[in-house]
Amino acid sequence: VTSALEGIRVVELAHERGAYAGKLLADMGADVVVVEPPAGSALRRWGPFVDDRPDPERSLAWWHYNTSKRGVVLDLDSEAGRDDLRRLANRADLVLECEDPGRLSALGLDYEQLRRSELIWISVTPFGRAQPGRADLATDLTVLAGGGPVWSCGYDDHSLPPVRGLGFQGYSTACHYAVMSALTALLYRGVSGRGQFVDVSMHAAANVTTEMASYNYLVQGTTVQRQTGRHALETASLPSQVRCADGRYVNTGVPPRQPKECAGLLAWLHELGLADEFPEAIFLEMGAKRDFIDLSKIGVDDEITAIFAAGREALNFAASRLSAYDFFVGCQRAGLPVGVIYAPEEAFEDRHFAARGFPTPVEHPELGRTVRYPGAPYRFEKTPWRISRRAPRLGEHQSEVFEDWVSGAHR
Amino acid sequence: VSAKALSHLRICDFTGQLAGAGSSKWLAPFGAEVIRIEDPVKQGTWDILRTMPPFIDERRGVDFGGGFNNHNVEKLGITLNLRTERGRELLYEIVKRSDVVAENFAAGVLARMGLSYEKMKELRPDVIYVSNCGFGHVGPYASFKTWGPIVQAVSGLTFSSGLPDREPAGWGYSFMDHTGGYVMAEAILFALVHRQRTGEGQWVDLSCTDAGLSLHGPALLDWTVNGRPMRRSGSPHSNRSEHPAMAPHGIYPALGEDEWVAIACRSDAEWRALAGVVGEPWARESRLDPLAGRLAAQDDLDAKLAAWTRVRTKAAAVAALHAANVPAAPVAKPAERIDADPATADFGLWPTVLHSKMGSVRVDGLPVHFSETDWQITRGGPCLGEHTEQVLTGLLGLSSQQVAELRAEGVV
Repeated sequence: VTSALEGIRVVELAHERGAYAGKLLADMGADVVVVEPPAGSALRRWGPFVDDRPDPERSLAWWHYNTSKRGVVLDLDSEAGRDDLRRLANRADLVLECEDPGRLSALGLDYEQLRRSELIWISVTPFGRAQPGRADLATDLTVLAGGGPVWSCGYDDHSLPPVRGLGFQGYSTACHYAVMSALTALLYRGVSGRGQFVDVSMHAAANVTTEMASYNYLVQGTTVQRQTGRHALETASLPSQVRCADGRYVNTGVPPRQPKECAGLLAWLHELGLADEFPEAIFLEMGAKRDFIDLSKIGVDDEITAIFAAGREALNFAASRLSAYDFFVGCQRAGLPVGVIYAPEEAFEDRHFAARGFPTPVEHPELGRTVRYPGAPYRFEKTPWRISRRAPRLGEHQSEVFEDWVSGAHR
Repeated sequence: VSAKALSHLRICDFTGQLAGAGSSKWLAPFGAEVIRIEDPVKQGTWDILRTMPPFIDERRGVDFGGGFNNHNVEKLGITLNLRTERGRELLYEIVKRSDVVAENFAAGVLARMGLSYEKMKELRPDVIYVSNCGFGHVGPYASFKTWGPIVQAVSGLTFSSGLPDREPAGWGYSFMDHTGGYVMAEAILFALVHRQRTGEGQWVDLSCTDAGLSLHGPALLDWTVNGRPMRRSGSPHSNRSEHPAMAPHGIYPALGEDEWVAIACRSDAEWRALAGVVGEPWARESRLDPLAGRLAAQDDLDAKLAAWTRVRTKAAAVAALHAANVPAAPVAKPAERIDADPATADFGLWPTVLHSKMGSVRVDGLPVHFSETDWQITRGGPCLGEHTEQVLTGLLGLSSQQVAELRAEGVV
């Protein structure tokens, strides 16, 4: 099987902020060598752990974010370790590091000190290389709070705090920019022969990943306000998150707005045998018979107002009678974009993701286990995403990497 | 003028909204020639952002959507009526000259218009064709339709954002439209790197729900390895940090209307530093040190810390905590992080573009800087058909007279 980044050598200095970027490259075939300190990456001390037994080789965070990489240990506080890193960097196409500004230059290991004309260097830092800010005090929570996303998330009740979503999305957002940068720099190197330095700011990445919160302010100077389960807006919108008969929630999306959608919804209510119990069905029927529904007439034209309201009511009514899953599938088949609100594990076990081959088996021979991992974000026809190996054990590929990369060097 | 990283590339771009247009928002500022193809009959309104707020002034219409401008800076825009034979022929000529075809219609829409990957490949054997939709082109839900919040609902991202014993809070914006755009840009770029090295093009099937589900990482392994679901009593409590275990870790009220401050202690040392700043007897209680004691007493700890933060401005709380080397950040409101934050302003994060009808407008920039080939954002998003004549004459060699005829015939 060919890989998109076959043979592209990446040195990654292990760091929780950038591990996901290394994974994105490694799962597409890059030869990523993750460099850990002798005590191991901090990520190895993050839970959850296999069988809840804390151990640097059992961290599921380490496992997830380091698939398809090889691992070496270098003590950058020693001259020998620094020399080894220089040797690897000298053979690398790309260096990925997330150290606080100043640390590497103090060690003599910064871009300026290791640069070659063709080397690409991606630096991911909390505020960028030259901006003010306490990089040493940045966490996923502080990045998402200070960078804007948190302001828009939470509940209608503003006595409750705004909410940060799980999954280290402050890091993942910056890592996407790191990967886009790395690939863009590789393409340019392919036509020019020249590498370069790229400065990725996590704070800036969060700031431009807030949709309307930023650009409504930029364009019209307004401030969006958070709402339960739906877009933060300047003025309150109607709820779109509804509790179904089984106690689970769905997102009802945008109510039917056009004749075809009214007809689809009505047909579905008939199919369910619920149309007779829904008094406003008559308005759906009126909507279905129209050629066009002029949405600008909502609140002006009584019939259009009633049709639009009936659409929303019909969704709420159906939800009250069905499980969240049945509501989701039924509505979608009727042509309405709604969604079941799954916990991650429920989505993972859903038949659609199974049919797409999303759960990905990975061998862990030391534990005698095959573990199902989250799978491909994209499906390439010729160069498939692939987990080529489980995350490295501490120092697992020490001699192998130096033999491969620094031929003739004796370790 | 510095060199452009991607000026050797042309993108035939059918994308819209944010999940699609976000991908070429990365490519165009690096010099790729991105040609948006829009429908003259529907006035380009398949991309609903063309007519949606925010608005710079009282003007409305397909050329005044502020979100559209934000997501389409530096791109060209042409109209082609693909229902007509001549319109399709012109598109084929553009595809022959394009490195990438990008689209985010519902699955199968382009193929039904006769614009499948197979067709494109006949025209341009090494073409890269990236399709991005909510559930991908394969699988039981391939025909289902989505927008950002629906993707987030189904992929677990809505559920994993919230406070315990309440309904999900979710993301108050289309986080997965942004991320879908990033992943789509990556798909395009990975395929371009492969083509640059091998000459081989390919098709990429991108499903935003796959991309969303892949963002849960360790939580999904906790399920597959330990059998622990996120849907369980007291979970999620997403302002806290179960992994890595931290306490305190949360968002606390500050002095003023809807003012909040985020605080995290990554270690016992940071907790002791925080306790020193707070300086109250409760913070010195031995039960709160080491971490296990704080984890056991989190509700109480959060309440007491909230009482301390509540009487301080978020700026004062952050300053005091930073002085003691404790992680903290304000929950920044748009005005604060856009107009009063040197870390964004000095980074050049909010460039001003010139839009042909709106005039000068500030937009989201890119959160990176390249030492040799940095991005440039100066031109606003295209008005409908703004570059039709330029592209048809410049790229395809038609005369202005021929373009005028095509216009009269309803082809462009």
